[in-house]
Amino acid sequence: MAKPKASARETEGVPSFIARLADRRRWGALSGAILLVGLVWTGLSATAQQAAGGASPREGFTAPDFRLGLLGGGEVTLSDLRGKVVILNLWASWCPPCRAEMPALQAVYDANRERGLEILAVNTTYQDSEAGAARFVEEYGLTFPVPLDRTGEVSRSYLLRALPTSFFIGRDGVIRSVVIGGPMSETTIRTTVESLLGDG
Amino acid sequence: MFPILQVGPLAIQLPGLLLLAGVWVGSTIAEREAPKRGLSGEALSSLVFFGLVAGLLGARLGYALKYWTVYAEDPLGLVSLNLNTLSAPEGAIAALLTALIVARRHHLPLWPTLDAFATGLAAFAIFAGLADLSSGNAFGAPTSLPWAIELWGAQRHPSQVYAILLAMAVFVMIRRLSRAPAFPGFLFLTWLALAAASRLFLEAFRGGSVIVLGSLRAAQLMSLIILGTALLGLHRRARLAMETEGGPRAEKVTPRQSS
Repeated sequence: MAKPKASARETEGVPSFIARLADRRRWGALSGAILLVGLVWTGLSATAQQAAGGASPREGFTAPDFRLGLLGGGEVTLSDLRGKVVILNLWASWCPPCRAEMPALQAVYDANRERGLEILAVNTTYQDSEAGAARFVEEYGLTFPVPLDRTGEVSRSYLLRALPTSFFIGRDGVIRSVVIGGPMSETTIRTTVESLLGDG
Repeated sequence: MFPILQVGPLAIQLPGLLLLAGVWVGSTIAEREAPKRGLSGEALSSLVFFGLVAGLLGARLGYALKYWTVYAEDPLGLVSLNLNTLSAPEGAIAALLTALIVARRHHLPLWPTLDAFATGLAAFAIFAGLADLSSGNAFGAPTSLPWAIELWGAQRHPSQVYAILLAMAVFVMIRRLSRAPAFPGFLFLTWLALAAASRLFLEAFRGGSVIVLGSLRAAQLMSLIILGTALLGLHRRARLAMETEGGPRAEKVTPRQSS
């Protein structure tokens, strides 16, 4: 739209176009007209919307809900955890960066559990094995729930493309930060959790 | 949309790669433009390099200051490669200050330097659009138009495609204008005006805009201010050029004659 360069003639047009730019009345009128069009456009595109709408695996959207069986029995439903800050971590036992960040997740969990932090470490069981997951959990002494994504349904709905991927979900169920790939340092996890717990 | 490029066992983060490519293309163009304006290409590339490095350092330090208790326990966290633990405003300030210092040291004159960057900036904008397209950032508002794309759980304007097309048009325009002789500052201010006008136009098709004053989009208000400043700047620079040269043939470096 608004193109400030009404006359951009080259070479022999040069003197006239500089003179035009320097002419206070003419340039002032043109600039005023351009800005007026811009202002009208701004008014036309004013909107009250911006409630991000449906669930989607990205920042600012509600985290897609799911219900999964847990390693060692039981079930978990994500939306039941509203009111808590949730780290949703997708992993597999054969993935080295996933291994590398687990102790950090456990440490942050121990330090902040009382303040309302929950961690769901979803094992991508469809490309892993339940036995492998169990060995892994034992090896690292993980105490947070480990849901098993046997069908790959949750990985699909979270558009999983790299392991590990972590979603930091606020108390309102809205995703506040997505970290694709890893390993995340304990510092990264702690600062992100800190800012979410602080939101009240 | 396609944030990760899987090459065998390597997961390459495409948006970051595209931004890097944009920086490379942009600064290469700026280096080529430099001699036409009597500037050293080397000085310009060190400006870009140190600006980027300082920007990255500043962004990390700015982030660490917010959570200094955590970083005090784990200072090594400062050198993590994670892009989530960066703070943009501090980074921008650090980059700008460093660029100013480097420009001083190399005695780079302000307006010709900015002019030399104009075409490169216009090229970078195309890559920024491509990066948004691959990450799904800067997504569009929901629409039922036939060319809507499915993204983030809704049919949306392909706002990233609009942005890329407009950025290409601006690039072609700026490239043309860069060959015409004009006063120092003309090319940069023209690019600034076109970039602001583009954003002003495009923001209307975006979803997830930051809203201020009830229902107005913050980016559009910001663009209006920048557009107004650029238009005023063009006028001022043109006047100055006419006064100092006593006529409109005001240009120390006319690219045609110098090369």
